Amino acid sequence: MQVNFFFKKRLRALLVFAFLVSVTYGGIMITEYDVIKGFSSIPMAISWGVTNFFPTTDSFEHLPKILISLWETILLSIGSATLASLFALFFAILGSNTTTINPFFATICRFIATLFRNIDVAVWSMILLFSFGQSALTGYFALFFVSFGFLTRAFIETIDEVSNSGVEALRATGASYISIVIHSVIPSSASQMLSWLLFMIETNIRSATLIGILTGTGIGFVFDLYYKSVDYNTASLVVIAIVIAILALEAASNYVRRVII
Amino acid sequence: MDFENIMKRIAPPSNRPVRVKPMNQSAIVIRLTLLSLVILTIIGFFTYDDTDVGMLEGITATFTNFKVMFTEPHFNHFTFMEGLYQVLVTISLALLTTVIGAVISLMLGLLAAKNLSTPKISNSIKNFVAVVRAVPTVLWVLIFAIAAGLGSVAAVIGMTFHSVGYLIKAYSESFEELDDGVIEVLKASGANWWQIVWQAVIPSSMTYIISWTFLRFEINFSVAVAMGAAAGAGGIGYDLFMASSFYLDLRELGTITFYILVFAILLEIVAIRIKRHINIT
Repeated sequence: MQVNFFFKKRLRALLVFAFLVSVTYGGIMITEYDVIKGFSSIPMAISWGVTNFFPTTDSFEHLPKILISLWETILLSIGSATLASLFALFFAILGSNTTTINPFFATICRFIATLFRNIDVAVWSMILLFSFGQSALTGYFALFFVSFGFLTRAFIETIDEVSNSGVEALRATGASYISIVIHSVIPSSASQMLSWLLFMIETNIRSATLIGILTGTGIGFVFDLYYKSVDYNTASLVVIAIVIAILALEAASNYVRRVII
Repeated sequence: MDFENIMKRIAPPSNRPVRVKPMNQSAIVIRLTLLSLVILTIIGFFTYDDTDVGMLEGITATFTNFKVMFTEPHFNHFTFMEGLYQVLVTISLALLTTVIGAVISLMLGLLAAKNLSTPKISNSIKNFVAVVRAVPTVLWVLIFAIAAGLGSVAAVIGMTFHSVGYLIKAYSESFEELDDGVIEVLKASGANWWQIVWQAVIPSSMTYIISWTFLRFEINFSVAVAMGAAAGAGGIGYDLFMASSFYLDLRELGTITFYILVFAILLEIVAIRIKRHINIT
């Protein structure tokens, strides 16, 4: 019996392994990915990076311009996530099974969130490019839609996890729906929701760079400009600026998280 | 996406005692953070350069565009089967990066876990990985494209870099959750490092490893779409870029959006299935 158990376990592990290997092989075939070139390009890229990809004194002349667009991009990420969290809170309260007004409504709210979340931010920005053109608003709304979808779902999870018993207790005392939401649901999940919001801002700054390259705005555009004009020294300065901004933001939000949770 | 799993890391339900004082440190920090976010949002609204397009006009135009996209999608530059093949290319890109990334991260994740490694190695890996993660994926791909040329090689290597950064953090944190007593007992019984890893650490964190890896696969799918559009990685993302910036074909953009949406939701359903399956066995 025991021998049989181990045999079955090994067989299953082997099958999973074989499945992964064959699927990977299929992937290599379909994407025409050159494995050898892939691995050999890493040392090549490193040696190229060491000799070419660093800021020189000339590139620091562009620093003010870089910092201005970085600041704009940060504001864009924060603004879109913050406004989206307001909408998401509303939809999450209606969408959570604990606090919904009626189940049909809840399903619709969840469906809307799924729709907005699963259309990728790159897709949104390409769609919005039609109506907003090459302006910061394209990126703003692309980030807003994705943040809204993600945060709605995240807030629903938080409300379900945190406030089930509190809502039940207040309902038993005869409290009205509004006062249950204001005095129990929101206070008890506020710190978790803020933590989600900070996470969303971190994600948005990374996506904002991508959107910038696609739509020609913000820090992504500045990078693309130097990258395409083969000014790799300045491009590297842009990368360093982005890295410092993201690390600082992460440190700040980790500090807030440690204090509030 | 596996929200329960992310929630454990991002926003775990706090197990603090009920607040006694109305204004403690936590409440003050929450308020201050919210206040500063709102102020930054308002400052943002005044700095956005929206001289070319009015906000309201843009929003109404967006709704009309949505209607056209989603109600009248059509095929113009590719057939249904070609579109399906392009999605397959995108999924393959995501799969390759996830598999390569997972193998590398598993090894480095063991070295990065505090309970399995020395503090010096663990800290240096974790700090290095934090910097790798801070560079957006698209920049990694573009940087590698200079050395390897635009195409699937640069895309796979660039995306793998970011995946490795993400997965090492996730893996090492799940390894660290293992009870110290287990390792101590195995050490006392004379097990060597590899035996501890294979018999205790990996089996006990298998559930986490699977769900984090699949989560990364889902993320990599959307990243692969984006890389097709921004860095010439091919797949449905490239069609997306062409339809939007080159052909200016809203209806075809609708078709592509449907493709991406359907596959993203499909992946989410598979993730839920896998999770249910591993929770039972």
